[in-house]
Amino acid sequence: MNFIYDLHRTMMSQNLILVYQGEFTQETTKSILAMAERNLDSTGEESTIKRKVFNVMVEALQNIVKHSDELVHDNVHTHTAIFLIGKERGQYSIMAGNPIKKENMPALKKTLEHINSLDKEGLKDLYKEIIKNTTISDKGGAGLGFVDMARKSGQKLLYEFPEMSPDYHFFCLKVIVPRDTEN
Amino acid sequence: MEILNLEGTEDTPKIMLDKGNGIFEISGRSLPEDSAEFYRPILDWIERYGESPNPTTEFVFKLEYFNTASSKLILDVLSALEDIKGMKIIWYFHEDDEDMEEAGQEFSELVEIPFEFKTY
Repeated sequence: MNFIYDLHRTMMSQNLILVYQGEFTQETTKSILAMAERNLDSTGEESTIKRKVFNVMVEALQNIVKHSDELVHDNVHTHTAIFLIGKERGQYSIMAGNPIKKENMPALKKTLEHINSLDKEGLKDLYKEIIKNTTISDKGGAGLGFVDMARKSGQKLLYEFPEMSPDYHFFCLKVIVPRDTEN
Repeated sequence: MEILNLEGTEDTPKIMLDKGNGIFEISGRSLPEDSAEFYRPILDWIERYGESPNPTTEFVFKLEYFNTASSKLILDVLSALEDIKGMKIIWYFHEDDEDMEEAGQEFSELVEIPFEFKTY
């Protein structure tokens, strides 16, 4: 049972205030949002920061719900991902991890690299271009999630793709929301 | 014309579309799982309204939050409203919510409808 203590210590050392692992659905998304909101309210966080954290959370959670790839092994389908919120003196970290098929990696990497290459004006232009020219996908997405996270946080999107198996990688995303508001 | 009245929930906005009383409002939070499905009746209602609208219409947006899938549908709503004569958008935002203010500004740049901005 040492793993319980190890996990607890890891979470403490990473300054995590919320961790959820399991199935991601609209219902679990709502529960996680409610928990995070209560946490931010109870610590008296400034409303601008709360709103930005909330915004980024919703997009990250709904990305998992819509786009996380099912792990298929020996006819068993598993749908699992992880979501975390960290809090340090100067910033919140909103993090998510979910499996993706190897073949889906290149396009995703390209999208993230492109978004990170843009400045504030560039992101605004990209947002407008996508919102005007795309229709809602059959997954119910608008293709705007990452752009929105980059705009709301004002930070580069951090990501990694550790390998899970020959066919799957684990897409790890981290979005930092600074706690100092710029005037 | 029938009234479209939906109570707001944790993930869907309050909708009040009432031609007779001249109330047209979308407010609250919008993060539905399937935004196209949620907003379809609203788009249908607006299309029917457009066939014989009031001489002037003030359409109110008083949103606390909307996800990116909703933003696409909000643009679709605005595009549908664009075709109706005498249309004006009242865009509310919380005093300290720069992001909501900016969102309204951006929408006003994407459609040809006069926007009025108000705080609450």
